[in-house]
Order: sequence, then C-alpha cells, then structure tokens
Amino acid sequence: MHVEVDQPKCVASGQCVLMAPDVFDQDDDGIVELLTDRPGPGHRDGVREAAAVCPAAAIRLEEE
Amino acid sequence: MTTAAPVRRVVIVGASAAGLTAAEALRREGFEGAVTLVGEEHHLPYDRPPLSKQILTGAWPVERAALRRPSDLDALGLDLRLGSRAVRLSPASRTVTLADGAELGYDALIVATGVRPRRLAGHTAPGVHVLRTLEDARRMRERLGAGRRLVVIGAGFLGSEVAAAARSLGASVTVVETAPLPLARVVGDRVGAHLAQLHRDHGVDLRTGVRVGEIVAHGGQVGGVTLTDGTVLPADDVLVAIGSEPNTDWLGGSGLDLADGVVCDQHLTAGPGVYAAGDVARWHHPLFGATLRVEHRTNAAEQGIAAARALLAPERARPFAPVPYFWSDQHGVRIQAFGHLRDHDEAQVVEGAPAEGRFLVAYRTGRRLTGALAVAMPPKALHPWRAAIAAETDWRTLPTAPLPA
Ligand SMILES: Cc1cc2nc3c(=O)[nH]c(=O)nc-3n(C[C@H](O)[C@H](O)[C@H](O)COP(=O)(O)OP(=O)(O)OC[C@H]3O[C@@H](n4cnc5c(N)ncnc54)[C@H](O)[C@@H]3O)c2cc1C
Ligand code: SF4
Repeated sequence: MHVEVDQPKCVASGQCVLMAPDVFDQDDDGIVELLTDRPGPGHRDGVREAAAVCPAAAIRLEEE
Repeated sequence: MTTAAPVRRVVIVGASAAGLTAAEALRREGFEGAVTLVGEEHHLPYDRPPLSKQILTGAWPVERAALRRPSDLDALGLDLRLGSRAVRLSPASRTVTLADGAELGYDALIVATGVRPRRLAGHTAPGVHVLRTLEDARRMRERLGAGRRLVVIGAGFLGSEVAAAARSLGASVTVVETAPLPLARVVGDRVGAHLAQLHRDHGVDLRTGVRVGEIVAHGGQVGGVTLTDGTVLPADDVLVAIGSEPNTDWLGGSGLDLADGVVCDQHLTAGPGVYAAGDVARWHHPLFGATLRVEHRTNAAEQGIAAARALLAPERARPFAPVPYFWSDQHGVRIQAFGHLRDHDEAQVVEGAPAEGRFLVAYRTGRRLTGALAVAMPPKALHPWRAAIAAETDWRTLPTAPLPA
C-alpha cells in the first residue's frame, strides 16, 4: 500500500492521527505529515479508515 | 445471528460525502453485489466545505473540490446514476422510483440526500443567492469583487465564511443577524462576541439584533435589503444563509418516520432494510442522550461508513456514537470543535485567552463535559478534550490547568 497526502487540502482535523497514529502526524499548524508512505500490514486498516473519513479528501491510497 | 436474506443489491440515494463514503465502505468490507449510487446533481461527487472558502475566493479551481479521482470512482464498480432524482420510496416492494420512471429494486437502501438551504419566500431575482452547490458558488464568485456590495442574511457558520471570503475579494459586506451575537446558541456568548469582533476587525458591517423586512428588487435585479426598523441596506448581491431543511420530500408516503430528517435508531436503521446517513439523518446519540441531526462534513463520512457496516452485518452493528467534529475558517482564523455544543448550560475558557486571539473553551451540559472549541489554537490541543468528552467526564473533575497533551 502506498499513501499520499495533499497537504494544501488538509484542514487539520486530526482524524487520520486518531485512526492511524503510526502513519500520520500533524505539524504545529495541524497539517498532516506522513510518518511512512508504505504502512505495514498491521496499520493498513487504520489507514483505509483514515482516508475514508478525512473531511478534506486529502489522503489517497494506492493498493498494490 | 440474523435470519434476514443476504443483501445482493444496495441502492444509495445521494451521491455526496455520505453516499459516496457508504459505497466505498461496502466495497472495503468485501461486498461484491450491485451498488447503485443515485445523485440528483450532474457532477461527479464533490466536496462542499471548499465552496464557501477556496472555491468562492477563486484560490482553487473547481476541480480541486472533487471528492475522488474518476479512476478511483471507476474502481468501485458502481452503477452511478448522476443527474437522476429519486422521487418515491415503496418499502413494501423495496423499490426506489427515479424521476424518469425507472424503478430500482433493493435489498438494502441508504438514504443520504442531505439538506437544502432554507429560502426567503418569493425571492428569485438574480443576485439573491443561497450556497449549497457548485453552481451556487460559481454564480456568487462571478459577481463578488471590489466595489460590489454584499448583504448576508444570517451570521451562522456559512454566512460568516462567505462574509470573510467576500471581504478578501474586496467586496463591501454587511451581515444581518436576528440574535444579539453570532452563533451564541451554539458556541456561547464569549466565542460569539469574539467572532463578532473578528468580523468588525476585517471591515464587515455586522448588524445584530435586527430583523430583515424584505429583499428589494428593481427591474429584476436585487437592490437591497430592508430591516424592520426601516433601515435600507443597498446591495448588488444578497446571500440568504438562514439554515437548511432535510431533503426528505421524496420519502413522503413511504411510512418512514420523518421529523426534521429521517429518524433512525442508534444503528442508523430507519425501516426494514433502510438506513440513513449524513446531514439528512436524525438518530439517537447514546453519548449525549439526545436525538441529533448533525450537519458536519466528518459526520457525513463516519455515518456513511457506519450505515454500510450496519447494513452488511446488522447482528454486529454497534451504536453510532462518534464525538462530532467540525471546523470553520473565517478571516484566516480556524475554529475547530468536538462534541455537542448547542444549548449547553455553561462555557468556560480553559486555555489561552480571547484577548490574545487564541483560546480553548469547554462546554458543560447537565453535569458533564459535552464539548470543546478552539479558536486559532494548535489543533492537537483539542485531542485530550475530545477523549475527555468521549469518556463522559464529569464537569467537576475537569482539570483547571490545561490537560496534558
Ligand atoms: C458551503 C458549505 C460549507 C461547509 N463548510 C463546512 C465546514 O467548514 N466544516 C464542516 O464540518 N462542514 C461544512 N459543511 C457541511 C458539509 O458539507 C455537509 O455536512 C456534508 O456535505 C453533508 O454530506 P451529505 O452527503 O450528508 O449531504 P449533501 O452534501 O447535502 O449531499 C446530498 C446529495 O443528495 C442529492 N439529493 C438530494 N435529494 C435527492 C434525491 N431525491 N434524489 C437523488 N439525489 C438527491 C443532493 O443533490 C446532494 O448531492 C459545509 C456545507 C456547505 C454547503
Ligand atoms: S484527516 Fe485529513 S484533514 Fe484531517 S488532519 Fe488528516 S489529512 Fe488533514
């Protein structure tokens, strides 16, 4: 799985961090930062959930 | 275990945040049956929050508001019926009828038809706007700019965001509001006063405690707005931002319980095989012990997912009990909130200071902490408060000092 984030779209909601704290973080302004763009198997469900609920549609996944 | 027949055909009505997220969740959960997604609008699903922000200011091209890439939509294998309006639901035969007469049979249905703006009766002159769709945003953007005069009726989140966007485009903006402070019933007097000052600092002429008489039109063009005290506010454009109404007309006669939305139980079930999600859904929220209908973007997605899961595995469904979240951007300041703030009993500044323009407010309803709102704070400051709301924290045990992050 490959993860991409569109930082200018991010609205700093933090939903992704709540769902996959090992993959997403937020900077001081709350903007999403990726801790890894290739999450391990144990984190993938959380990442899928985060991409689905992100209120800015700022997370995109490529399943491979 | 349930004895219900397996679900093979799902129909989702409403192709926006809630409906699309539900369709995606069905596929993510491994559902391989037919999914028909019906949407009245002609566009591929797009997002509404940018309409009053980056789309209205022109900072983003409209394509940027798309919810998903066309290739990602294709991969879902949906029967996507855009430009199609559902006009009737017949629960006995489990069919949805579309405006063109087509009938869609379903084993399970998700109602995700959202809301539409409330209007002032009889006002259709060019220059009188509501803002819900991409067309609405385009129409406004073409007309707003330096030297133009906009009157916004209603100082809610939508009216306030549009006022801010219009100011950034150089328009002169007057906002009229019946209440003494903007948004006070939701966010409290302290935050309401802060938002009022923010408007004034940015050159918005905010008139509170006033009532609109009528919108005046000359020669088919809007001319201004009169207030009941006789004041005339000249305008080239008027935005009516006085709340919204759930899109449930098409469900009339279906036997579903319609009461300011589609009434569901805590698993989002509205009737046999019928679920609801998003702005249109009213459900019993166990955390707040109240029946809520939430018009927030995050709720639409969370509820779409929950409805899809409840539909696939009713026996495993858990009560839908998220901590609601919303944000709003006004004059470059971000407001974020968790919980259920409306009609709270008490609000206290718990971090920062309004005078410094950055602060966090906690809300009490009954004995409990039920909400938290941050103005221009680092967003992470809210996370412990979110957890405390979810944990049903007693107000008396709240730390007076900031919660540890
Ligand atoms: C301008 C604007 C700014 C916003 N900003 C924010 C914000 O900053 N933060 C925030 O949290 N929330 C914000 N929101 C709210 C957020 O956009 C909504 O909560 C969200 O769009 C709800 O999604 P939904 O899918 O439930 O409903 P909707 O987005 O309303 O979608 C419902 C869809 O169903 C279609 N439909 C209706 N009736 C029928 C029918 N009979 N047949 C077929 N299709 C039908 C409609 O055409 C529509 O496309 C904003 C909303 C607007 C309008
Ligand atoms: S969920 Fe989306 S909007 Fe929220 S912080 Fe993560 S990327 Fe940003």
